[in-house]
Amino acid sequence: MSHSTAEPAVRVQNVYKIFGKKPKDIIRRLKEGEDREDLKELGTAAVIDASFEVAPGEIFVVMGLSGSGKSTLIRTLNGLQPATEGTVSVLGQDIASAPARELRSIRSHSMAMVFQNFALLPHRTVLENAAYGLEIQGVGSEARRAEAARVLDRVGLQGWHDHYPHELSGGMQQRVGLARALASGNDILLMDEAFSALDPLIRREMQEQLKQLQKELGRTIVFITHDLNEAMYLGDRIAVMKDGRIAQIGTPEDILSRPADDYVASFIADVDRGRALTARSVMLPLQGVDAGQRAAAERAGSVRSDATLQEVVPVALEGEGILAVRDGAGGDVVGYLTTARLLEAMGTRTDFTAAAEAQSPAEGQPASRDEGGEA
Amino acid sequence: MEDFRIPLGEWVEVGLDWLLGAFAGLFSVLRTLMLDTNDGLVWLLSTPPWWAVTLVLAALAWWLKNWKLALGTVIGFVVIVGVDQWENAMETLGLIVVATLIATVLAVPLGILAASSPGLSKVIRPVMDFMQTMPPMVYLIPALVIFRVGVVPGMVATIIFAMVPGVRFTELGIRGVKADVVEAGEAFGASRWRILRQIQLPLALPTIMAGINQVIMLALSMVVIAGMVGAGGLGGDVVASLNRIDAGLGFEAGISVVILAMYLDRLTSTGGGRKRRLRAPGTA
Repeated sequence: MSHSTAEPAVRVQNVYKIFGKKPKDIIRRLKEGEDREDLKELGTAAVIDASFEVAPGEIFVVMGLSGSGKSTLIRTLNGLQPATEGTVSVLGQDIASAPARELRSIRSHSMAMVFQNFALLPHRTVLENAAYGLEIQGVGSEARRAEAARVLDRVGLQGWHDHYPHELSGGMQQRVGLARALASGNDILLMDEAFSALDPLIRREMQEQLKQLQKELGRTIVFITHDLNEAMYLGDRIAVMKDGRIAQIGTPEDILSRPADDYVASFIADVDRGRALTARSVMLPLQGVDAGQRAAAERAGSVRSDATLQEVVPVALEGEGILAVRDGAGGDVVGYLTTARLLEAMGTRTDFTAAAEAQSPAEGQPASRDEGGEA
Repeated sequence: MEDFRIPLGEWVEVGLDWLLGAFAGLFSVLRTLMLDTNDGLVWLLSTPPWWAVTLVLAALAWWLKNWKLALGTVIGFVVIVGVDQWENAMETLGLIVVATLIATVLAVPLGILAASSPGLSKVIRPVMDFMQTMPPMVYLIPALVIFRVGVVPGMVATIIFAMVPGVRFTELGIRGVKADVVEAGEAFGASRWRILRQIQLPLALPTIMAGINQVIMLALSMVVIAGMVGAGGLGGDVVASLNRIDAGLGFEAGISVVILAMYLDRLTSTGGGRKRRLRAPGTA
């Protein structure tokens, strides 16, 4: 989560991706202020002037609806769709100017991709699929099979190594896709709508598993999704895309509390804030609380600063209207949460009933979950 | 209007003369190569006793497919021996195998290229239509001029006529491989050759095999036409029986063609196989 100090893992600067006969023409007219709708006859401006950096170890989510250019954008990162203009560099290597051979080498040694529809090789076993990245790297048969087996076990596919992909459920197939990417050992994971084809329960499970894995492995992940809840839950930072442009980049808290425009604001009405926000992001500072409240908080117990609000709620219910927020289990108190502050953070400023209806029941969380919140 | 006449025929003859002059050496080498390959294979098929060859072919049927086809093979080939067409059948089988091999060697790479290049695909399509719809006997005439009487002109006409589905099915099969699987190969840094070898060809194999099956069937349909230019074999006897109005001989040679056709078709068609590699992926 700590950005800014290290060299970015991925750096994207003023990237355009245009499909059509005269891409340079289109870029020039876009720069002169024309709208991409006006230029539809000439071609499609899939990505317009995108710039961002992804720090090592960060989960960077690109969120947008279909046609917003997010899938094209992720493909400019590994050169599957070379940028029309602008620069993309991955671990300091320039993707745009790399000759074909070098580009292949960057792809096989620095990055790995997980696909929406899994894209497993149907004629190969689960184990052979998981070993595919290592095979291209030239790793010997024994070594790559051993590594692939280890990663498959790690994602929960023990006993399935010798099956073929079509014998597995969708969720399991995507675990193979994830294992294939992880087994390559490459630092940068590109995940293109990786969980979008899965049903809601499996999807949530995979999201939780990815977060868990990420805590251990610390890879750099660029994750594409059309689901803002998924973006909020997974992302350290989120880029919201609209019509080929990046409308806003920020942490989930930034986007929830300061949406850049009406478009972003209309999205966040639907967000499951209890899952997206952490205690740290909404707590009151130490000096904002008087001594009496502090004493009440001492009696009530405390929550970890990285607990989500839905984990905080059951603890708050047992307390006296205020909780202490600690930095890790038994750590220093870093702030306080009052019930009022909690309610304010959970609520949306837009029409509440509309937001509640938009929340699909399948994605609702049972209210009585209380593990993990207490320190 | 009475004077209007496109001298297409003259042009073809002039073109043929030029070809003959310019590539005489190449044609001679090709002729020798095809003739020797064919003769060698026919020798291999007709030198051992018939039952030994039948057993080997039946064993092949068992290995690739199942015991039923093996049994059918034995029965069919005993019938061929019974109507005294064994030698002819082996000559024809040799011609078919060599023609199919050459047609496949030409057709599959052409299909792969066509699949990866829309431009080439567009150019190839009308040429393929031409090759397949031109009455195949027309190929015999220049082939006769170039390669002289015997098995070679028949083989050349067979290859031209029969290779078309090989190209078409290969292109279709490669194009039919799902784009996301190919993209996965690219995303992990695989070279085009590796993607072709490890992803596109294995996944297109059932379709390509269906194409090769069609090539074989078309080649068999050319047997009689090849017999007209002295290719011998079963076609030779069919042509001879036609000249002599010998219905009996014609039927005996004809039924032998049918038996060979059924054997080769069942052997190369998809489905019913015990071998995974000849089956569509995802049906194992």
